[in-house]
Amino acid sequence: MRRLILATALSVAFALPTAGFAKTLKWASQGDILTLDPQSQNEGLNIQANLYVYEPLVRYDENFKFEPALATSWEQINPTTMRFKLRPNVKFQDGTPFTAEDVVFTFQRAAAPTSQFKSYVSGVKEVKVIDPLTVDVITDGPNPVLLRQLPVLGMMSKAWSEKNDVMLPQNFTDKQETFAARNTNGTGPYMLKSREVDAKTVYVENPNWWNKANKKGNVTEIIYTPIKQNATRTAALLSGEIDFVLDPAAQDVGRLSKEAKVVSGNEYRTIYLGMDQASPELKYSSIKGKNPLKDLRVREALYQAIDINAIQKAIMRGESVPTGAMISPQVNGYTEAMGKRLPYDPAKARALLKEAGYENSLDFTLDCPNNRYINDEAICQAIVAMWAKVGVTASLSTMPRATYFPKMAKRDTSVYMFGWGVPTFDALYTLQALIRSKGEGADGSFNYGSYSNPKVDALVDQIKVETDQAKRNAMIEEALMIHAQEVGHIPLHDQVIPWAMKKNIDVLHRADNRIVVEWVKIN
Amino acid sequence: MFAFIVRRLIQAVVVMLVVAMIAFYLFQFVGDPVSIMLGQDATDADRIRLTAELGLDKPVVLQFYQFILNAVQGDFGISLRQGQNVSTLLLERMPATFELSIAAAVIALVVGLPLGVYTALRRNGSMANAILAFSLLGVSLPTFLIGILLILVFSVQLGWLPSYGRGDVIKIGWWSTGLLTVDGWKHLILPAITLSLFQLTLVLRLVRSEMLEVLRADYIKFARARGLTNRAIHFGHALKNTLVPVITITGLQLGGIIAFAIVTETVFQWPGMGLLFIQAVQFVDIPVMAAYLCFIALIFVVINLIVDLLYFAVDPRLRSSVGRGGH
Repeated sequence: MRRLILATALSVAFALPTAGFAKTLKWASQGDILTLDPQSQNEGLNIQANLYVYEPLVRYDENFKFEPALATSWEQINPTTMRFKLRPNVKFQDGTPFTAEDVVFTFQRAAAPTSQFKSYVSGVKEVKVIDPLTVDVITDGPNPVLLRQLPVLGMMSKAWSEKNDVMLPQNFTDKQETFAARNTNGTGPYMLKSREVDAKTVYVENPNWWNKANKKGNVTEIIYTPIKQNATRTAALLSGEIDFVLDPAAQDVGRLSKEAKVVSGNEYRTIYLGMDQASPELKYSSIKGKNPLKDLRVREALYQAIDINAIQKAIMRGESVPTGAMISPQVNGYTEAMGKRLPYDPAKARALLKEAGYENSLDFTLDCPNNRYINDEAICQAIVAMWAKVGVTASLSTMPRATYFPKMAKRDTSVYMFGWGVPTFDALYTLQALIRSKGEGADGSFNYGSYSNPKVDALVDQIKVETDQAKRNAMIEEALMIHAQEVGHIPLHDQVIPWAMKKNIDVLHRADNRIVVEWVKIN
Repeated sequence: MFAFIVRRLIQAVVVMLVVAMIAFYLFQFVGDPVSIMLGQDATDADRIRLTAELGLDKPVVLQFYQFILNAVQGDFGISLRQGQNVSTLLLERMPATFELSIAAAVIALVVGLPLGVYTALRRNGSMANAILAFSLLGVSLPTFLIGILLILVFSVQLGWLPSYGRGDVIKIGWWSTGLLTVDGWKHLILPAITLSLFQLTLVLRLVRSEMLEVLRADYIKFARARGLTNRAIHFGHALKNTLVPVITITGLQLGGIIAFAIVTETVFQWPGMGLLFIQAVQFVDIPVMAAYLCFIALIFVVINLIVDLLYFAVDPRLRSSVGRGGH
């Protein structure tokens, strides 16, 4: 390590010219890669970086259709068993071969109590080795979305993990840093070269990657540096020190699109408002003895008082997609009809409130985070003003995510803002967590307003196990439409994520906010 | 002399315990790291499990007692954000902060002292007034604004200097230094200037006002009457006497610079302890926050002790009074 750093310093001092074929992608975003152990943190940037080195069994292509990665084919041999045929002649970066044993090990490790990746292997009962290149994944019950859980699950080497004592993901009570947090051994297109926590992480091309011949991009080295301060990140791109910024500050996007290049696209995250519909009396309101949010007319009034197009123009500077659905268009189960919002109609809102008996007398506290979603605080301020125009007095309470999310988890709120991404690109993820009533495991785990409709619950439970695509999608549509008619939540918009980069970089924007570096071209 | 040092050390321990207690108590209110660690999908069962694992469900007093017990053995726990030993993390980041702080302090002294003397000697010259006016900028502009301005001018528009990071560093033992590479120096310039401006102004004005006062003293008049050269008077006698308050202020400021280079480190993405602390606050990484605050208390205490000892060295009057005991 020391020799490596000395060598780097010397070469800088002598200013050796770079080889013509080396294409380095220097990129930055706000936070750092937390750990190199692919199963220790379930966080977007961490997952993205670990996918440079570790590969899953199946992966998404440009259109979010499944494409073989470490599995060449898969077949549902019975309702609870999916058989995967593995790719032959794939080697880990330490030279050992990739076999079925490694798949079994990876699934077991991801399901360990200390793993943060449990949700990606939920429902998997057992993984069996059939022969060195075939595995059976056996689920508890029929699981129509099994494949959708797999594209972020990178395969780890059992032998390497045994040798380096990292059979389990990081256990914080052990107070030991594990070998896997700083070292990697995957099958993927890039290998780790060096890691300075919170400073710089460098990856280089894996010369033995099995898919090298088909690599679409031309990046041979990746240098990732976190830059926390918005202005500094923008300055670094403008001065040419970095090539790509994943999260430019909203106010810099205009300037960056002129002096550099900005590629925008929808994210799979929908921002919405939730309302407490279960408490007999609202916790944060002066109205006692009853809960006004239980009345559909009140919820509709609050919905129709919001001018989302004004928010899109003035606050989001055009960078948002207003929606009437709780899922974004890329998610399986979305239909055009769902996307239509109830129209902005303050007069109607006033009439509805009057009819419900709350003319100019409805008040509550609106809770919002101030450093989690794009312009979250500003959006809430605008909504409060819009509600004031129809006679609703909402007092705004904002706080940083570290205090906001625990408060929400305790359901200590009356009306709140939230954003929900769908990494499986399937509506069940949203239906189960946000719309279904609270139950076992993930059911209703984020349904903080306690919206509850037994018919919807029954539909969701069926959707979990229905394997006929057409029937399943019809049920999804029905469940979402019932929820929309009852205004269980107030959808606002889908986020648009701008990516900023130098003009000579070609990158494909993805709704899950991840750059697939092996597709990036530097011209 | 010995009793003096021992007394100070005992005071130091008390100060650090109090700081640790206050810090620990405050951390109960900054948020909950568990939900950040577990991400979106976590179930309630997961949350309960992780809270118990981290010991966050025990009463505060017990947590604090455990913390002190471990801290005394040098074990500050594991960073919740990065899963690494906190003491290792702090030690890794310390060289960066130290080099930046020392560089800033050196700039402040090397530029501030001569300028202070000059503006005192040429009291009403136009140059002196210009320097004083310009120095006002140093105290009135916030650090991050100065930093961003420097980045804008020197990185984006002129492209002379890099805008962030520490550049290439060489490790000597466990100390990583950026002072041995050209790249490291280039990265050090802007942050050091940004950090030094406030202290530079302070030193400048302090030296100036102290010198003006000293120059009015009787013994200076007698020295001039005696026929000593200006040089001998100003630098041999006047400057020496102005140094005592300057040492105090510089010492305290140095502690402040080390502890609170946070803003500068954030603007320039300088991988020091300040940036580590800010990230820890946002993530509610309690072990790192507690360890950092204790460490800073230690730095202040040590610096104050050194400053007091330096007094003895510089000012002979103090030496004699202590030597005579309770006279």
